Amino acid sequence: SSWWSHVEMGPPDPILGVTEAYKRDTNSKKMNLGVGAYRDDNGKPYVLNCVRKAEAMIASKKMDKEYLPIGGLADFTRASAELALGENSEAFKSGRYVTVQGISGTGSLRIGANFLQRFFKASRDVYLPKPSWGNHTPIFRDAGMQLQAYRYYDPKTCSLDFSGAMDDISKIPEKSIILLHACAHNPTGVDPRQEQWKELAATVKKRNLLVYFDMAYQGFASGDINRDAWAVRYFIDQGINIVLSQSFAKNMGLYGERAGAFTVICSDADEAKRVESQLKILIRPMYSNPPVNGARIASLILNTPDLRKEWLTEVKGMADRIISMRTQLVSNLKKEGSSRNWQHITDQIGMFCFTGLKPEQVERLIKEFSVYMTKDGRISVAGVTSGNVGYLAHAIHQVTK
Amino acid sequence: AYRTDEGQPWVLPVVKKVEQMIANDNSLNHEYLPILGLPEFRANASRIALGDDSPAIKENRIGSVQSLGGTGALRIGAEFLRRWYNGNNNTATPVYVSSPTWENHNSVFMDAGFKDIRTYHYWDAAKRGLDLQGLLNDMEHAPESSIFVLHACAHNPTGTDPTPEQWKQIAAVMKRRCLFPFFDSAYQGFASGSLDKDAWAVRYFVSEGFELFCAQSFSKNFGLYNERVGNLTVVGKDADNVQRVLSQMEKIVRTTWSNPPSQGARIVATTLSSPQLFDEWYGNVKTMADRVLLMRSELRSRLEALGTPGTWNHITDQIGMFSFTGLNPKQVEYMIKEKHIYLMASGRINMCGLTTKNLDYVAKSIHEAVTKIQ
Repeated sequence: SSWWSHVEMGPPDPILGVTEAYKRDTNSKKMNLGVGAYRDDNGKPYVLNCVRKAEAMIASKKMDKEYLPIGGLADFTRASAELALGENSEAFKSGRYVTVQGISGTGSLRIGANFLQRFFKASRDVYLPKPSWGNHTPIFRDAGMQLQAYRYYDPKTCSLDFSGAMDDISKIPEKSIILLHACAHNPTGVDPRQEQWKELAATVKKRNLLVYFDMAYQGFASGDINRDAWAVRYFIDQGINIVLSQSFAKNMGLYGERAGAFTVICSDADEAKRVESQLKILIRPMYSNPPVNGARIASLILNTPDLRKEWLTEVKGMADRIISMRTQLVSNLKKEGSSRNWQHITDQIGMFCFTGLKPEQVERLIKEFSVYMTKDGRISVAGVTSGNVGYLAHAIHQVTK
Repeated sequence: AYRTDEGQPWVLPVVKKVEQMIANDNSLNHEYLPILGLPEFRANASRIALGDDSPAIKENRIGSVQSLGGTGALRIGAEFLRRWYNGNNNTATPVYVSSPTWENHNSVFMDAGFKDIRTYHYWDAAKRGLDLQGLLNDMEHAPESSIFVLHACAHNPTGTDPTPEQWKQIAAVMKRRCLFPFFDSAYQGFASGSLDKDAWAVRYFVSEGFELFCAQSFSKNFGLYNERVGNLTVVGKDADNVQRVLSQMEKIVRTTWSNPPSQGARIVATTLSSPQLFDEWYGNVKTMADRVLLMRSELRSRLEALGTPGTWNHITDQIGMFSFTGLNPKQVEYMIKEKHIYLMASGRINMCGLTTKNLDYVAKSIHEAVTKIQ
């Protein structure tokens, strides 16, 4: 007999399931809109030029393979902090922050979650927007936290339920933890406007909440890294000492290299040092020290003026293509003769779009048109190209007219 | 970490070659790996540990999880055991680590949620060797289902491994007492220069029908320290059990790092799946192992030639990167302060720090420490 007889089969990953079904489909017109990675206008993965250049530079330097420090590559963590906070940030210049390298966004979120579980004694409750990225809940749960929610997405308007959010947030017990998506909310694509962020900041401050920002799309959302980091920087300027998780998977196309960072804004540099020591104690029994490759590439790009300039152009290029696909989808739907309001498609931002399609309509799209997306009607705009946007509009119109 | 005879880090020539191949391959991109890792890496990594002719592989009852180094593999295994072993979420299951052991073992199992971490006798300071009786005694009296963390070879920090005969005795007790073997294999190939020899214990346990975990690191034997290349090999009773175990490990991976880094896995997979590159790698591994073995025999012979009090055969009996010299804390302090030779208070030295240039100085210094300080 086996030690594992009672171990249940884990549930299949819903998003992976979409890709599996897509792969099996033989329809030449098939579209995979479940993919959470950027695709170019030919539907192919895109390796940024600045990444290729950075890799060539690294190869020529013939560096060793010695262990990184537990907290990661210093040039990388410093540059990540500066990218998020802004070079003029008082918090950055005064050194009252600590940034550790994490295993992309997930790993950084998990380090933060574990840190809060161990050192944030005021509350076990983490408030997520409704809906949030599917992996947020299990990450915080496995770290030993409890999950709560605040209203966020309004399915009637396919946009932000601002009054609902404010209402819920103003009632969150003091000293709870609230998670906010810095930009390009995943999965809805619905972001607060700047005036709304200001009200959110005031409320969060009044309720004395610990703010956890998840920023996985800086630069990738609007095409402007400063604009996409506006909320993070505003909150810090308001005296809110946030914690922050960053990912370079999308904005640098470094998905499989796992480049990310976790930051804690502290009262002063001394507190930052103490926090850093505890973060290292958390990281060591997880994986000892982080992988170098992605961090080296990202660091070279951020710290080399020419490469950084090229990166900013390329990330804008990716964002612009996504925005252009949104625009084309809406105009194609109009051309198809759809009378529905599709404004949310262009109002929303980032890789994902909550179309507002119902499960039955999604099922028809999959079965009749080989257009694959998750049951909640979420599409990855990255999977749309100028070559298939017409077909997509046609299919959507057929199931919604 | 390994050092050359010039005291420098060493990127294996085969690694440089394969990295260049990867850099020149424009068909490669940076897309996400699957949650459990690069398939070619996983299969090859487990094959290295278990052997090409492993019955477990033939019977399709093994699984692999690409992990962030050996530490990551240990952590995934520990998290799984805490959730699913010996009941559901049984944090009270005793976990035994050797005395002494790599200090991070304790933290890994603690942070995975285990509440009862104990030690089993291992190092006998008086005889400078394995305390087999103490070890077997601890196993006899451990509660059934206890987890035992075993060093597959090149025990860290003592360098003292059980002999095959001793491993057989250990396995017999563990089988009778229903104890779970969790192997930590960080030095396969690096220890003796032979992959098969360094994996003998793991393979023996498999042949004895054990279900086990083996956390593998490719940091040392591939010199890929900072790329974080590791693998958790799972051996189960049958394919169905292993499949369910892996599906649950996938959930654990998803909330820890989502999916593993690709660079190191690509290097290892490319190397292991090409007969020519494999041979080159084997040669590189042997180079490292042989240098360490040479330093051991050279140090021992110098100490014996100097007539340093005590016996010094443990220097060559021990294996791997580390050696428990037997120097006491005061002698260690002398080494550090007076001779500027840095070693741990436990008397552990890193053999990789020895070179043909410093052998004489180190031997003389040990001689001084032992004769001057008691």
